[in-house]
Amino acid sequence: MTETATTKEPNREPIKASEIDPKFKYELSRMHGSEKILRCFQCGTCTSDCPVARYSETYRPRTIIRMAQLGLRDRVLNSDTLWLCAACFTCTDRCPQDIEVASVIRVLRNLAAEKGCVPIVFKEQAASVLESGYAYKIPDLRIKKRETQGLPPLPKGNPESIRKTLKGVKFLENVEKKGEQQ
Amino acid sequence: MSSKYLIFLGCAIPYRVSSYEISARKVLAKLGVELVEMPEFNCCGLPLDPVSHEMMLILAARNLALAEQRGLNIMALCPGCAGTLKKVNKILKEDKALREQINGHLKEAGLEFKGTVTTKHLMQVLIEDVGLEKIKSAVVKPLTTLKVAEHNGCHILRPKEYIGFDDPEDPQTLKTLIEATGATCLDYMDETECCGAPSVGVSDKVALQLARDKLNHVKMVDAQALITICPFCHIMYDTNELRIEKMFNEAYGIPILHYPQLLGLAMGMSPDELAFNELRVNASKLLTQVTEGAK
Ligand code: SF4
Ligand code: SF4
Repeated sequence: MTETATTKEPNREPIKASEIDPKFKYELSRMHGSEKILRCFQCGTCTSDCPVARYSETYRPRTIIRMAQLGLRDRVLNSDTLWLCAACFTCTDRCPQDIEVASVIRVLRNLAAEKGCVPIVFKEQAASVLESGYAYKIPDLRIKKRETQGLPPLPKGNPESIRKTLKGVKFLENVEKKGEQQ
Repeated sequence: MSSKYLIFLGCAIPYRVSSYEISARKVLAKLGVELVEMPEFNCCGLPLDPVSHEMMLILAARNLALAEQRGLNIMALCPGCAGTLKKVNKILKEDKALREQINGHLKEAGLEFKGTVTTKHLMQVLIEDVGLEKIKSAVVKPLTTLKVAEHNGCHILRPKEYIGFDDPEDPQTLKTLIEATGATCLDYMDETECCGAPSVGVSDKVALQLARDKLNHVKMVDAQALITICPFCHIMYDTNELRIEKMFNEAYGIPILHYPQLLGLAMGMSPDELAFNELRVNASKLLTQVTEGAK
């Protein structure tokens, strides 16, 4: 069983003043999706309705929001639990303060990914999109089988054009660099 | 009403859920929905949103721009793709600065997003374009002896601000479509709960426990099948049902059908035509009952 994201215990060390970045929340409130983060009053609706929190001992959206508000930038971004969210959007639809909670999580993941903290599966998918347009490598067998199944040929990706449009996307520099190292 | 769409397959369906595509195409052809293939394809962008929102926006906008060039609206089979294309269309139409930024990227490949096409999911095309009356009149073998349960999945309904379809807390469309086939659609506990698929690979434990809850609740009401309209939800239940049974020492034997498979049966198509042979969980008991019921 893959257990990559829950093996590492979350950092429960006492918070040191030096860890706090007081401007982090303002930075977040200027980013697309986390504009309303300052409104969170810690009611806990997001965590109590979160399907992942029910079975994960570590994943708590409310805690993540609070840590971000406090300015615990590194703790949040280095935390493996950040990657557990299933993006079901239940929290977003139910937050009484109208915060797009799932999008705040997504913004935090984007920041973590820019630093290179990202589960391998996302790098593989990005590499696959650059190569074929598809997020998964579709086996040749599947593509051939379509004919016998009475399905039209699979539309092809245009990798050259895709690469051109994605020029300058920060995360991809990361994918290509990391790819060379491995 | 005749309708014509660019069909957007997404990545998951050609990768491992061809039974959904086969049955959807069969049913739509008979209901008079004309499908045109995408001229070229790239991922809708959703799987990359967690790591780069910008990349997601560009990939989605690229697809929308391609559809605009063809002058056709999009129909997606996967709720994730449909939701993403809808959401990005709305965001880029409303936010001029962001639109210009994304168009700067598309320009590198000679493309431009203008915001002139719309996207619908299969279920929306069925209910809004084909209409319930036409579907009912296409039913020649009503499945009156069947009792099934539905699973909408998250992305067909949420976040409601961007999707604007049905009520995410108490959705009715899929139920109505199921009942149009003559089958009974049962209510059960936590119907709108997530299948867990996006957590696979990050924590299989969490994902499989969510799927197990769902199967338990469906079993509690003695549903004979669970009906899905999403490739990921289908993989989560159909592909993993045996694994969940083993892991948690449970016994379900509940076939997981794509909605167009159910509708196709009621429209008189054969299980072979509808790719029932591709399902992991054997549906032969249900099929025997349906054929005997129709005699
Ligand atoms: S539901 Fe909204 S306000 Fe309540 S804790 Fe979660 S993010 Fe904060
Ligand atoms: S979107 Fe993520 S954080 Fe929100 S309820 Fe779903 S799994 Fe939990």
